[in-house]
Amino acid sequence: MHWVAIRMLIGDRVKFFGLVFGVTFATFLMSQQVSVFVGIVGRAASQIIDVRDASIWVMDPRVRHFDEAPSLPTGDLQRVRGVEGVQWAVPFFKGQVLANVDSGLPRSVILEGLDDNSLVGAPQQLIAGNLSDIRRPYAVIVDKAGYEYLWPKEPIRLGREFEINDRRAVIVGVCKASPPFVTLPVMYTRFNETLAYVPTRRNLMNFVLAETMPGLSSAEVSQRISRQTGLLAITQDHFFWNTIKYMLSSTGIPVNFGITIALGFIVGVAVAGQTFYLFTIENLKHFGSLKAMGVNNRRLIGMILLQALSVGALGFGLGVGLTAMFFIQTNQITHLAGLHLHWQAVAGVGGAVLVIVSLASLLSMRRVLFLEPAIVFRGS
Amino acid sequence: MESAIGSSLLAPMTRGFDSPPPEPKGALEVQPAIRCRGLAKSFGTGETRVHALRGVNLEIMPGSITLLVGPSGCGKTTLISIIAGLLDPTEGSLEVLGHDLISLPAGRLVDFRAKNLGFVFQQYNLLPPLTAAENACLPLLVAGVPRRTALAAARSALARVGLEDRAHSLPSQLSGGQQQRVAIARALVHRPRLLVCDEPTAALDAQSGQTVLELFSEVAVEPDRAVIIVTHDNRILHYGQRIVYMTDGRVDRIESKG
Repeated sequence: MHWVAIRMLIGDRVKFFGLVFGVTFATFLMSQQVSVFVGIVGRAASQIIDVRDASIWVMDPRVRHFDEAPSLPTGDLQRVRGVEGVQWAVPFFKGQVLANVDSGLPRSVILEGLDDNSLVGAPQQLIAGNLSDIRRPYAVIVDKAGYEYLWPKEPIRLGREFEINDRRAVIVGVCKASPPFVTLPVMYTRFNETLAYVPTRRNLMNFVLAETMPGLSSAEVSQRISRQTGLLAITQDHFFWNTIKYMLSSTGIPVNFGITIALGFIVGVAVAGQTFYLFTIENLKHFGSLKAMGVNNRRLIGMILLQALSVGALGFGLGVGLTAMFFIQTNQITHLAGLHLHWQAVAGVGGAVLVIVSLASLLSMRRVLFLEPAIVFRGS
Repeated sequence: MESAIGSSLLAPMTRGFDSPPPEPKGALEVQPAIRCRGLAKSFGTGETRVHALRGVNLEIMPGSITLLVGPSGCGKTTLISIIAGLLDPTEGSLEVLGHDLISLPAGRLVDFRAKNLGFVFQQYNLLPPLTAAENACLPLLVAGVPRRTALAAARSALARVGLEDRAHSLPSQLSGGQQQRVAIARALVHRPRLLVCDEPTAALDAQSGQTVLELFSEVAVEPDRAVIIVTHDNRILHYGQRIVYMTDGRVDRIESKG
């Protein structure tokens, strides 16, 4: 009887397309918004993840997220290095400065100061220039999106000069970097070079990046550092989630995205539910006939579930396909780069679509279950 | 004439529901297909209570067409609904094809209907997206017959009602009379022992109605099958071997031919 259920479903073209459209729209809205939400929130901590060569971050104990770390005294670096289990520890600066480019307009940029010797925290992938050139005077590496932001529609040109806080800076490389939460250019220079670019601060180091001795866990060594120095020492993963949690709890982003995602769900339930219910109502006479002919309730429920799941699967597939196309199309746009369809979003929305079609079919099932088969003898 | 494929396929289904009741030893007399005793049905409660049937006593024999006639609201539809196992009576006893339908558990009642009953409805009730053959094979699919086999039997049944060339037509491509013939093919495809028809000519013009009734006489009547037709249509009364007149929820009189 499964093919009968499918033929009944697609037989009414208008309702069938209405149902599929409802589920497709809901899927697109939910999966696109969930993915953008995850991508944007992830950007708040993307610079933490970009540091691939240190597993422990040490900072002022009051730090709640990546963007508000006060400076640490230079002596703290030595104290961290003195903790048993620490293989190495290096200074790291992260701050926001003003850059003056050819246009004369000052632009805010994110500046990261890397340890002069080890270059821990340096970008992993350069698309122009060499990392070793960062050791040259005034050398700065900028991320691709940042370069396009500062010098729009211009080809990449190494050796390009500009000013940071009225001090000369030279582009020696262009790299790939995860986009930050605010779409500012990300620039990398040596820690000692930052002393010239950020002259107003007494202490520049706001993080100490550390690595553990082989065989020791980052969590264990972090606790030791915290105990012995009084500083906040946490693993990279921990710091990442601290920053994310701060973003979620102190901004309106989750609420706004949540409303849109909920809207997608509600629209899906409303459109699919109403159309599916109408579809069942219009077919009650036929369900009654089948019941009279000896189709039991379990089989009828199976038919309705099959119809609902078919619509759900088709709408879900189309919706996810549309979302994927959206991200493919927008991937080349600088400020949208890095946003992509997350498999977790697909799985979550898949669950939501299952709930939508279940709710949509619930009323229909109830109607058919309690349908008196004698209805078939009541004329038209 | 029934095709070989149809008869070989459907033979097991004609044996009825599970095990048929044993025939009385040494008796050649035909047992009634339906036996109603004091059948009553009321709807609602208190002041709004409506008595649709008020103690119906009726026996219907196989091998003939029984017409159930009477004015609107006399209880015809309620009576066939109960006989078909689609509605529970309020009082009385009912034996259909040797089975006490009232005491039959719900699940077994559904199986009983699937195996023993064929239905023809006033509005045909064909599924619009299915072709004539697909509609006609539905009772076999319900009984678990594989689709290909069921379709072959359905084409054979359509041939019997003169629609072999319309097997692939959708209901919307058929006239009212043709749709009713598809419905008859559907009702007979699994060779039920009881055929219940509700106003089968009501939606048809006189010519189509006559054709449909002639068809009933030709293909529906078999020695082991009872055919009950509810009708308002006085033009078709001569097709019935037995006419049961109902008034106000009771059997008023019964006319038998021959």
